[in-house]
Amino acid sequence: MWAYVIRRVLATIPVMAVVALFVFSLLYLAPGDPAAIIAGDQATPQDVERIRASLGLDRPYLVRFGAWVWDIAHGDLGTSIFTNLPVSRMIEQRIEPTLSLMVVTLILAISIAVPMGVVAAWKQGTIIDRAVMGFAVLGFSVPVFVVGYLLAYIFALELDWLPVQGYTPFERGIGPWFQNLILPAIALGGVYIALIARITRATMLEVLSQDYIRTARAKGAGQVSILFLHALKNAAVPIVTVIGIGIALLIGGAVVTESVFAIPGLGRLTVDAILRRDYPVIQGVVLLFSFVYVLVNLVIDLAYTLFDPRIRY
Amino acid sequence: MRRRDVLMGAAATAALPFAALAQPSQNRVLKMVPQANLTSVDPIWTTANITRNHGYMVFDTLYGMTADFQPTPQMAAGHVSDDGGRSITITLRDGLRFHDGEPVRAIDCTTSLTRWMKRSPSGQKLASFVEALEALDDKRLRFRLKAPFPLLFSALAQVSNSPPFIMPERLARTDAFTQLREVVGSGPFRFLPGEFNSGSLVAYAKNEAYVPVPTGTPSLTAGPKIVHFDRVELQIITDAATSAAALQQGEIDWYEQPPPEIQTLLRRNRNVAISAIDPLPLTGVMRFNHLHEPFNNKKLRQALLPAIDQSDFMSAIVGPDPSLYKTGVGMFTPGTPLANTAGLEPLTGPRSLDRARALMREAGYTDQPMRLIGPTDILAPSAMTQVGADLFKRLGFNLDAAFSDWGTVVQRRTSKEPVDKGGWSVLFTSFSSFDFVDPSAHFPLRGNGASAWNGWPTIPRLEELRDAWFVAPDLAAQQAIAREIQTVAMDEVPYIPVGAYTSLTALRSNLVDRVSGLALFWGIRRA
Repeated sequence: MWAYVIRRVLATIPVMAVVALFVFSLLYLAPGDPAAIIAGDQATPQDVERIRASLGLDRPYLVRFGAWVWDIAHGDLGTSIFTNLPVSRMIEQRIEPTLSLMVVTLILAISIAVPMGVVAAWKQGTIIDRAVMGFAVLGFSVPVFVVGYLLAYIFALELDWLPVQGYTPFERGIGPWFQNLILPAIALGGVYIALIARITRATMLEVLSQDYIRTARAKGAGQVSILFLHALKNAAVPIVTVIGIGIALLIGGAVVTESVFAIPGLGRLTVDAILRRDYPVIQGVVLLFSFVYVLVNLVIDLAYTLFDPRIRY
Repeated sequence: MRRRDVLMGAAATAALPFAALAQPSQNRVLKMVPQANLTSVDPIWTTANITRNHGYMVFDTLYGMTADFQPTPQMAAGHVSDDGGRSITITLRDGLRFHDGEPVRAIDCTTSLTRWMKRSPSGQKLASFVEALEALDDKRLRFRLKAPFPLLFSALAQVSNSPPFIMPERLARTDAFTQLREVVGSGPFRFLPGEFNSGSLVAYAKNEAYVPVPTGTPSLTAGPKIVHFDRVELQIITDAATSAAALQQGEIDWYEQPPPEIQTLLRRNRNVAISAIDPLPLTGVMRFNHLHEPFNNKKLRQALLPAIDQSDFMSAIVGPDPSLYKTGVGMFTPGTPLANTAGLEPLTGPRSLDRARALMREAGYTDQPMRLIGPTDILAPSAMTQVGADLFKRLGFNLDAAFSDWGTVVQRRTSKEPVDKGGWSVLFTSFSSFDFVDPSAHFPLRGNGASAWNGWPTIPRLEELRDAWFVAPDLAAQQAIAREIQTVAMDEVPYIPVGAYTSLTALRSNLVDRVSGLALFWGIRRA
C-alpha cells in the first residue's frame, strides 16, 4: 500500500502543474489591472505604467509564469501586490478559521446525516422517511446565505445566544472558538447533510435488501446491530466517496459562509483577492485548494480499505 | 458530591462563554467596520480612502485643515515668510517623536514632502514652484520658491489624496512608486503590525507619547488630537447585514458606511445613532470619453444637459429623502467657498427629454454605437450607472451597457480605444467632498488631454484657469476664477455633475464628540 501512496503523492505533481498553468493563464487573460486600482483616480497613464513595471506586470506571459513556477519550486508563493505581505503568511493567517469551519461542519454533517439516512432507509415509506427526504430537498434548495442570515437573526439578534459574526482562535479556548462556529457550520452544513443523508439512504436501501441482512435477522441480530454493523459498513464506500466529493462543496460554500459570518478565512481572502486582482494571492490560494482536494481524494481512496477488505492497493 | 450538582456545574461552565459574549465591548476599545479593507498601509503609494484614514491615525502632517478649509499648524509651531513669499521657513513643535522613539527632525519632513510631491497633484504643482526644500537644522525646514505660492499651506494641509504625511527619513527615502513595508509615524496611534490581517483586522494602540497641539478645538484634521481609547480595531466585515447586526448587538461600535436600506433598519434601534460622516456631500459625475465618437462631439455632450435630472441619480443612491442629497450642483462641492452657480442654467432649467433629443439631432447624432461601463459591486457608481443606462435608452442612443465588477471597470476605463475595439464612451463615478473643494485635486476638471483623467478632454482654457487659481492672491480672486472655470466647463462639458449626496455613518449612541469629515479616531469618546 505504501508504494500506492507514494505513487499517488507523486501523481499530484503533474496535477498541480496543470492547475498552476490553468490558473495562471486564466488570470492572465482575465480583465482587470491591479496597477490601475493601486494608482487611483488621479494617476497619469505614466504613473500606472510605472506601478505596473514595479510590480513586474509588464513582463511577457512566459517570463512571469516561469518566475512564478520557479518561486513555487523553491517554496515561495510570492508576495501580495497590495499588502506587500508574503502570500504564505496571508494563507497562514487565514487557514485556521477555514479549517475549523470545515472540520466542525464535517463532524456536524456526518454525525447528523448518516444516522438520518440510516433511519430513513430503515423506515422507508413512513413519515420519518418523508421528513428526512423533505429536509434533504430543503437543504439542497435553500442557499447558504439565506440559512446564514436566518440563523443569525434568530440565534444572535433575537435570542442573543450566540455572536453575530467573527472568529475566536482555538488557542483562546474551545468554548469561544465553538460559539463562533456553531451558526456558520449549521448554515454551511445544510447542503452537505442533505447530500450525505440522501446517498446514505439510497445505499442502505440497496444493502438492506441483500440476503446476508435477511440471514442476520434470521439469526436474531438486533436492529441496531443490523443497521450499523452489518448494513452501514457495507454501504460505507459510496458514502465515504460522497463525503470526499462534498469537500469541494464545502470549499465553495465556505466563501459565502465566511462572508456572511465575517470569518477571516481563506474563502474571503480568495474573494477579496479576485476583486482586487491580487494575482499572487489568487494563484496561491487556488493552488492550495487544489492540493487539499487532491489530498482528500487520496485519503478517501485509502479509507476504502477500512470498510471493504476486498479493496487492496 | 451529587451527580446533579456536577451536571449543573458543567452546564454553568458551558454557559459562561455565552454570558461573556453578551457583555458590551470593552470600554477602552473602539471597534469599527470601515468602508473598505485596508490593503496597503502606505498612503503615498495608493490613494485609497481607507489608506488615507489609516494615515491620519498613524502619521501626522505639518499643517492640519479645519472644517472651513483653513490650514493651521499641526506638527509645525509656525512659519516665517521672507523674500516676498519666496522663502518660507517652518519650525517644528517641541516634543514630536516617532513611534520608534526617534525625534521628528526637519530632514524627516523634507524627505517625506519630496516623496509626496512625486505623487500628489497638489504636490506636483508645488514642486514646479520649489527651487529648494532644505532642512536648516533639526527643527527648521525651508522652502525656497521660484515664485510665491499662496496655496503652500493649503497643499501641506490637504485632506484629499494624498495628504503630505511625515515619516522617518529612512522610510521616506523609498521610491514613491514602491510600497512601504514598515509603518512608523508620529501620529496619535501606533499601528500594530503583528496583528495586521488584511481583510480581517487592523489594530492600533494609543500613542502615549503623542503631544497634541496645545490650543484650539478639534476640527477636521486640525486642532488637538486627543485620544480617548487605548485601542482601535478596524474589523473588516464585507457583508452589510452582518455589519448592521454586529452594530445592533454591540459587537462593534461604529459602522462607517451603511447602505441606505441598512440605515433604515438601524434607525429603528435606539442604541444606534445615524449622522453624516462629512457635513459636505460627495458629487456624482457622468464622465465622457472625449477621444472617440460619439462624445468627442461637444454639441452632443451639451445635448444631454436638459435631460439630466440630478434628483433621479441621487435618489437612486440615498433613497427618496431629499434632505440626503443636493441638486443644482456644479463643478465644486456645494457649501464650500468656490461653489457657485455660473453657467449652470442648462442643468437647473426645465428638464426635457424632447429638448435633449432635438439637440442630439442638431448635434448630428446618427445612431453611432456608444458604450456605458459601470460596476455592480459599489453602491453609488452602480446606482448612477443604472439610472444613466435607462436615460440613454429613453433618449434613443445606440447603447451597449457593460456592467462588471469595479476592478474590471477601473482597468477598462483606462482604454483609449474606440468602442468597436473594446473602449468606452461614458461612465459614472463619485468623488469625495475634498476632491471637489478646489481645482488642485479636481482631476475630472483637468483639460490636459492625454495626461488628463480617464476621458482625456483637451480644454486648454481650463488648464490656464487652474494655473491662475494656484497663484491667485486671495479668496475673492480664487472665487472669480472658479466661476470662470465652471462657465467654461459647462460649455465644454468634460463631465456632467449629476448631483451630490450625503454619506451617513452609524455609531453606538453612547459615542460622542466625533470629529466629522472623515473616519477620525481622536475626540470621539464614550459618554
